[in-house]
Amino acid sequence: MRLDQDSLVDQNFPIKFQFDGMSMTGFAGDTLASALLANDVRLVGRSFKYHRPRGIMSAGSEEANALVTVGSGPQQEPNIRATQLEIYEGLEVFSQNRWPSLKWDLLALNDLAAPFLNVGFYYKTFMWPKSFWEKIYEPVIRKAAGLGSLSGQANSERYEKAFAFCDLLVIGGGPTGLMSTLQAGRAGMSVILADEDNRFGGRLNSEKTQIGGVDADQWVNTIVRELSDMPNVRLMTRTAITGAYDQGTFGALERVSKHLSSPNKHLPVECFWRIFAKRSVLASGALERFIAFPNNDRPGIMTASALRTYINRYSVSPGRSVAIFANNDGAEQTARDLQAAGVQIAAYVDVRADARINGDFPIYRGASVCDTSGRLGLEGITVRHAGQEINIAADCLAVSGGWNPTVHLSCHMNGRPYWSESLLSFLPAENAIPGMVYAGAVNGHMSTRACLQSGVVNARSIMKDLGKSAAALKIPDAEDYAYGIGAIWSVSPSGKQRSWLDFQNDVTVKDIVQSVAENYRSVEHMKRYTTQGMAPDQGKNSNVAALAVLADATGKGIPETGTTTFRPPFSPVSIAAMGSEGQDKGFAPERFGSTHQAILERGAPMIEAGLWYRPSYFPRPNEKTWRQSCDREVMMVREHVGVCDVSTLGKIDIKGPDAGHLLDLVYTNKFSSLAVGKVRYGLMLREDGHVLDDGTTARLNHEHFLMTTTTVADSLVMRHLHYVHQCLHPEWDVSFASVTEHWTQFAIAGPKARDLLNGLLDQSIDNEKWPFMSCGQLNIMGISGRLFRISFSGELGFELAVPSRYGDSLFRILSARVEELGGCCYGMEALNVLRVEKGFITHAEIDGRVTAFDLGMQSMVNRTKDCIGKAASQRRGLNDVDRPRLVGLKPVGSVKQLTAGAHLFTLQDPAERIYNQGHITSVAYSPWFGYFYGLAFLKNGSERFGEQIKMVDHVRDIEAICEVVPPVAFDPDGGRARA
Amino acid sequence: MKLYRPLPLIPTGGVHVLELIAKSPLASLLPISCGSVSLSEDVVGCISLIASKKGQEAQLSGVLKAAHGMALPATNRVTGRAGARCVWFGQQYLLMGPEPDPSLNSVARLTDVSDGYAVVLAQGSEIEHVLARLVPVDVSRAVYKRGQTARTLIQHINGSLSRVSETAFQIIVFRSMALTLIHDIERAMQSVAARDRL
Repeated sequence: MRLDQDSLVDQNFPIKFQFDGMSMTGFAGDTLASALLANDVRLVGRSFKYHRPRGIMSAGSEEANALVTVGSGPQQEPNIRATQLEIYEGLEVFSQNRWPSLKWDLLALNDLAAPFLNVGFYYKTFMWPKSFWEKIYEPVIRKAAGLGSLSGQANSERYEKAFAFCDLLVIGGGPTGLMSTLQAGRAGMSVILADEDNRFGGRLNSEKTQIGGVDADQWVNTIVRELSDMPNVRLMTRTAITGAYDQGTFGALERVSKHLSSPNKHLPVECFWRIFAKRSVLASGALERFIAFPNNDRPGIMTASALRTYINRYSVSPGRSVAIFANNDGAEQTARDLQAAGVQIAAYVDVRADARINGDFPIYRGASVCDTSGRLGLEGITVRHAGQEINIAADCLAVSGGWNPTVHLSCHMNGRPYWSESLLSFLPAENAIPGMVYAGAVNGHMSTRACLQSGVVNARSIMKDLGKSAAALKIPDAEDYAYGIGAIWSVSPSGKQRSWLDFQNDVTVKDIVQSVAENYRSVEHMKRYTTQGMAPDQGKNSNVAALAVLADATGKGIPETGTTTFRPPFSPVSIAAMGSEGQDKGFAPERFGSTHQAILERGAPMIEAGLWYRPSYFPRPNEKTWRQSCDREVMMVREHVGVCDVSTLGKIDIKGPDAGHLLDLVYTNKFSSLAVGKVRYGLMLREDGHVLDDGTTARLNHEHFLMTTTTVADSLVMRHLHYVHQCLHPEWDVSFASVTEHWTQFAIAGPKARDLLNGLLDQSIDNEKWPFMSCGQLNIMGISGRLFRISFSGELGFELAVPSRYGDSLFRILSARVEELGGCCYGMEALNVLRVEKGFITHAEIDGRVTAFDLGMQSMVNRTKDCIGKAASQRRGLNDVDRPRLVGLKPVGSVKQLTAGAHLFTLQDPAERIYNQGHITSVAYSPWFGYFYGLAFLKNGSERFGEQIKMVDHVRDIEAICEVVPPVAFDPDGGRARA
Repeated sequence: MKLYRPLPLIPTGGVHVLELIAKSPLASLLPISCGSVSLSEDVVGCISLIASKKGQEAQLSGVLKAAHGMALPATNRVTGRAGARCVWFGQQYLLMGPEPDPSLNSVARLTDVSDGYAVVLAQGSEIEHVLARLVPVDVSRAVYKRGQTARTLIQHINGSLSRVSETAFQIIVFRSMALTLIHDIERAMQSVAARDRL
């Protein structure tokens, strides 16, 4: 019911929204919770396990009942707390965990079956038969239980991550946090003040009180105005600090556009901040707690402080006849506010016999609420008083079981809070988070004046620490009452009623007692067994009461029982925000060569090689499948000439007098003896003797080598070189430079490769001056480039490099020229076929488990010098003849297809794991030979040429008989490459 | 779009008249602007990677000063100015602008990497807010002054970030990642501009 009084909602601005398809109206400044209450909606959701009707129990981020789903389709977002959701025009909200409707929920049958569904029920019941769990039990339980659901569609809404830095992070913008910020801000410190609410003020927004002789909201506005004028202070509303991490790092979630009706499309929904703070003030306040009395979960029962919030901040009364149940002096204000708003008080029930409360309403001292009634909303309460049980009609019950300081963040680095007997609650342990101090209610200062003072004192201690100064703020006059409280955690039922502790997980007092009976007595065991304190609210409402009940059941005290660990996040953080930049292509950077555009213009589909994009093949109009293009490209290279961009291979300039020494150490073979103008193939081992990478290295000058690496191992090899130089031989005078991207490099391969080059180079080349494995600088169309006579295809081959600015232009010229000579551009598919035919290895073969011996390259491990990995490579096990060794395979049976990844078995063995003889690493259909050809690692392979072996692909269900052949199928003597 | 670009092939008695046309890494991507921030390609000329010869670090600074007018920068620092800058680049330095003077060869090893990098000039009054969405480094004016540089992540690309004026930063990444870089910065620019209108 909306009250006619001044508050923070603007009753001149109505806002229309929908709840479960029903149109409703609220006002600017309303949350969904306040707007629903104003519309007399009390039933908002169904509980997790028993599908009990639930209503709004709080007014903040601790809400465990009123979880709703916002929006539909890909944007659908479940489990939004109605108490934090600001309404906007057109907002569509749906209740959760009910079917077919909120009022008629079939699974509420669970509640009738509750005696069978008590704690531990799942563990004990769904054990047999074993196979039923995955197929039947789990899907059924998952459907019945749980909170809201996602749409299953990809959401394209924008989320964001950001970084912030400050001297001081103030967590919580209530009276304490405002004073800390103002004090530190005036001292010139860079301060971030963050609060999860949409306005600063904290509890002051919810109370009718005065500070310094003015209304609290006026005081807040004055302070906030001064702070927003300070360039050194950043004010962050709608921002929850969600975690405290090492070295002053904090996670924070900012709700950027969730309160807007039609936000700009570039505006993120949420921003996940990482804040780096030299110091922090935890001014997170305290949360009012419930009392576990029988049937305490009906819609209409809420905390007393929440009731005050709805009345004072939102001008809403959640009921027309309100009862109050409390154990502390703070609740008295609730009665005063109800009276001021003209709402009837049905009863004031205080567990303390000596409670100091007076008023013009029924007061029950030394009493408790022992039951409630009302199926879909509270209709009445039963008060146990002086040995009698009295039924009282009420549609709302405000409960105060005392206050729990919001210590969560102080526990994120494993700090354990300590028990205060006078406050009956836990307080944060000193120095639990380096650099963090606790101010205000979180540290047990329960009056407004004490909070203001604590904010100033703590800020000043940090200022002193950091060598900053400013005049001390004067503490304004404010409410300064003494907090008196009497212990009560639960009220025993007179029958079989259940008393709820954890509303989020449907955990009752009885469940805790049952847990102890089954010997789950430690607080951590109890938590796992009952699920108390899990899920989004992380035990904010129930932890202290639950462990008090546990302490009672075990006979141990509360301090001895201890708490479970509060872990980050303090309040739920959407995965979308944490992974915001990983959406779509944000997953990884894309690397494009200088020829990318020109390649796309030729219609080539691109494939990924590491982060690079490379052409797969270059289709011609009549070609319908990739194989047609690939076969044609292969044959054109073999018969004419082909051009392929190979720029993505790593290129590392190695310079200095010790460059040769370094290469001798990292390669198995010798490079210091390489003549200037020559290129050599090299194999690189890891320290453990397995192959790290391979490639060619050219000697461009006496003290200048150019190493090439495979595309994916570029940075790996660079790192390896730095390791060797910095850690093993810092005395060497050598330096490295990555020139991968400076040069665009083309492979030109085929019998007509030289003809193609001679049409473009400023000086023509021949076999005599440019023999196989030679290199040097020369000019191409007036531009200085580099030429290497190397071949990855087995053909007469060159690699021509020019500075990348000319890459696009040169590719366009080469691709036109190559066609004039009957050739073509070729892509990765043809490149792979060419190298497989020739038995050249890639990382498909050198997969990290392979040695030089396995590759048949043991002779490349030079006997006269040391190299990294040499000693380890000589271990006996790595030279066992039975190791899988590189061979070629060709099909000889009726099935002609070979597949990479397939396993090898002898003809007589069954195709089972224990008989495995090896596996195929690379396969290509060779248009040259007219059959599939594969490279494989086969046990003792190099001794088995001529033998027949069975290939079995268990995944694709293919079986083929193959003959074992030497790995080099094409031009074994290498005559073509030397031509 | 035509499948093939016509080539200016003019056969002249066995001698062809062909020309290689230079294309800068960001030619088709920049300039762009959004809100108060704009991105443009910083065409710096020559970029040389300078590695000091062993034991020659002290001499290198003197030779550099004599040849190009700026000392060797300290760690995380930039020396020189637009047109001739020397940027700390981890273990080595980037000389950006002039062709390196041959005198440097006596004390350092130089590698031409002019075509290996994309260089972006990002400027505007809200550039710090844009970078706060990309870079895990405090780039506020009070902390990160003109002449400071860092090798850092820019979203998920490793790059070099230098403040070159009150409101401008120079960003260097590998040439191949230019498109991703611009995409990431533009996203942040749009977001910052949209917040301004909140």
